[in-house]
Amino acid sequence: MPVVAIKEYTATPRDRVENFNGKQIVYASWDRHLLFAAPFLLCLPPETPFGELVKGPLSMLVQPDPDAAAIDWTAVEWLKSNQPWTPDFNASLAANGIGHKDQLRFRTPGLNSLAPAA
Amino acid sequence: MSTVFIALQANEETRPIIEAIEIDNPAAVVNRQPAMVKIDAEGSLVIRKATIEELLGRSFDLQELHINLITLTGHVEEDDDSLTLSWNS
Amino acid sequence: MDMKVAKKKLGLKEKYRTMTRDLGWEPSYHSKEALFPYVGYEGIKIHDWDKWEDPFRLTMDAYWKYQAEKERKFYAIIDAHAQNNGHLNLTDARYLSALKIFLQAISPAEYAAHRGFARVGREFPGVGPQVACQMQAIDEIRHAQTQIHAMSNYNRYYNGFHAFADQRDRIWYTSVARSFFDDSMSAGPFEFMIAIGFSFEYVLTNLLFVPFMSGAAYNGDMATVTFGFSAQSDEARHMTLGLEVIKFILEQDPDNLPIVQAWIDKWFWRGFRVLGLVSTMMDYMLPKRVMSWREAWEIYGVENGGALFKDLARYGIKPPKDWDAAAKSIDHMSHQFMLGLYQWSFGTAFHAWIPSDDDMRWLSAKYPDSFDTYYRPRWEHIKKMAAAGTPFKNYGLAKLCQTCQLPCVFTEPDDPTLTCHRETVYKEHKYHFCSDGCQHVFENEPEKYIQAWLPMPQLFQDPVNGDLGEWMKWVSLLDGKDNGDYASSEDKQNFEAWRGLATTNQ
Repeated sequence: MPVVAIKEYTATPRDRVENFNGKQIVYASWDRHLLFAAPFLLCLPPETPFGELVKGPLSMLVQPDPDAAAIDWTAVEWLKSNQPWTPDFNASLAANGIGHKDQLRFRTPGLNSLAPAA
Repeated sequence: MSTVFIALQANEETRPIIEAIEIDNPAAVVNRQPAMVKIDAEGSLVIRKATIEELLGRSFDLQELHINLITLTGHVEEDDDSLTLSWNS
Repeated sequence: MDMKVAKKKLGLKEKYRTMTRDLGWEPSYHSKEALFPYVGYEGIKIHDWDKWEDPFRLTMDAYWKYQAEKERKFYAIIDAHAQNNGHLNLTDARYLSALKIFLQAISPAEYAAHRGFARVGREFPGVGPQVACQMQAIDEIRHAQTQIHAMSNYNRYYNGFHAFADQRDRIWYTSVARSFFDDSMSAGPFEFMIAIGFSFEYVLTNLLFVPFMSGAAYNGDMATVTFGFSAQSDEARHMTLGLEVIKFILEQDPDNLPIVQAWIDKWFWRGFRVLGLVSTMMDYMLPKRVMSWREAWEIYGVENGGALFKDLARYGIKPPKDWDAAAKSIDHMSHQFMLGLYQWSFGTAFHAWIPSDDDMRWLSAKYPDSFDTYYRPRWEHIKKMAAAGTPFKNYGLAKLCQTCQLPCVFTEPDDPTLTCHRETVYKEHKYHFCSDGCQHVFENEPEKYIQAWLPMPQLFQDPVNGDLGEWMKWVSLLDGKDNGDYASSEDKQNFEAWRGLATTNQ
């Protein structure tokens, strides 16, 4: 719905990708691993290979969880924008279709040290 | 019947006001909490100038309540002699 | 000889009429439309401004008299507090984290409310609301000033109080309260009144001030009790104004109902989110707790809010749309926030900590349906990490909600083990939300919320460009002093040393 206003009301989004100096935002979160209070915000060049995002920042960030060492990255189930999705680890974020501010989620069934048994 | 309440700071000035409210609203429940007193009543609660003046031994303007008031609920009806809180349902 | 005739004192109603209503006039050389240009565009129809009632019938002369009395009482206690090392009477310096959040986020919100009421006091054509809004505008600036003044006493001794104005503008968590008030101030005058006067003041501020100030009394903080209750004494008048506003609007025209209902739905949820952090203050930050957030919600949310909406049902008003979602989150939100504040404490100008065994026993007693099942295992693991010398820090900055600007710490309403992920695409741009409530608010006015200054994405733009050290300088956060775990803080060391000096002869 339009904003109720005294004249036509239009605006520019504050977080346009052009504002990030050649990089983009990617959100990533590990389902049912709530030791991490919120999804992670990563800021990376779109040319970054997906495998590098996983081996680099994502693996480092999830270290504090007792399940981290047991993650088999070849077996995790991925979601992009809440839909099942299969990444190509060798291709870039852009080639994987990961846009600015996309949310990635991953699931590791069976790993739930800190969560109540389902 | 919904509950209305008024909460006042717990101090020397409000002691007679709280006593007056207890006299005028025998069914009200007085909860003494740290630094405050919260008075709950079913449906409505009335604060009368005359009762406060009797206990205080001086004249009292009901608007003096504002100084030590913390919070209240319900519709407010105020005139020179009383202040009433109530819900319509 | 002239005899002095005692003037007859005016009765309350007569005085109110003379000193409020009679101050208005009919414009003669400008049209009413030109004088009050913003009163029509929201679609609210008002036929008779004289039907506006002020139940307290407070006139300006009485207002100044009673406000002056409140100030005298306030400063008597603030002076005594400063002269008698009042800060050493605190139960524990952990308590100060709650005050720091208050100073950085809530006191600036009081100032924002001042600006908002000053504006709508000018924009409404009726003299009744003009005077009531003017009084409230003066109240709100008094609140900002007395709070800053009271807390400045702590700035002489403790960290985290020194740059509240910079932090109000720049640090990440304060954007929650700031954007809330910016949202209301950039709306029309009627929406502002429903947002702040009704939804915030009437439905929600009891949850902020009453249990929190009572908690301050429990924790030996006379300075805060004093500014809190002094502010709250105005709040009763504000709440009454908020209730009158809604009755007045609804009684003026039946077409107003759907507009008002949509505002109540929006602003209840916005207010519930902005006050969410109070749950953490009550459950975690008061060393001696007065009641749990759940208990406060039962009294001021369920019981009082329930009575209010039952009463308003005669106008056709329904309880806010997301009331049930709010109720479902009560057992979870304080824990979700505190876990976040602990792991991000490198970036906060206040301290967080791991709850002690004693604290955790209290939390499991107060939250029998949630704490031991969901939150204790995380705290126990965090405790183990700290004991091993590798305290848990989460350097993955948080995804923020586009609407409320809080980190997305919340779970699905019916599954506390799964983060609530909500997103939408508007004009080919993606936006994320913490909840259905925030998504709905966005979708009703997307052009407004796409402008949100979200502090986490901003960190990667100019002028900071992703440099955490630069960011700390930019937000005036002194690393190693203002931030981090309370257990290793200067505040803890100093408080214990000074208290030792005060209670022994060493």
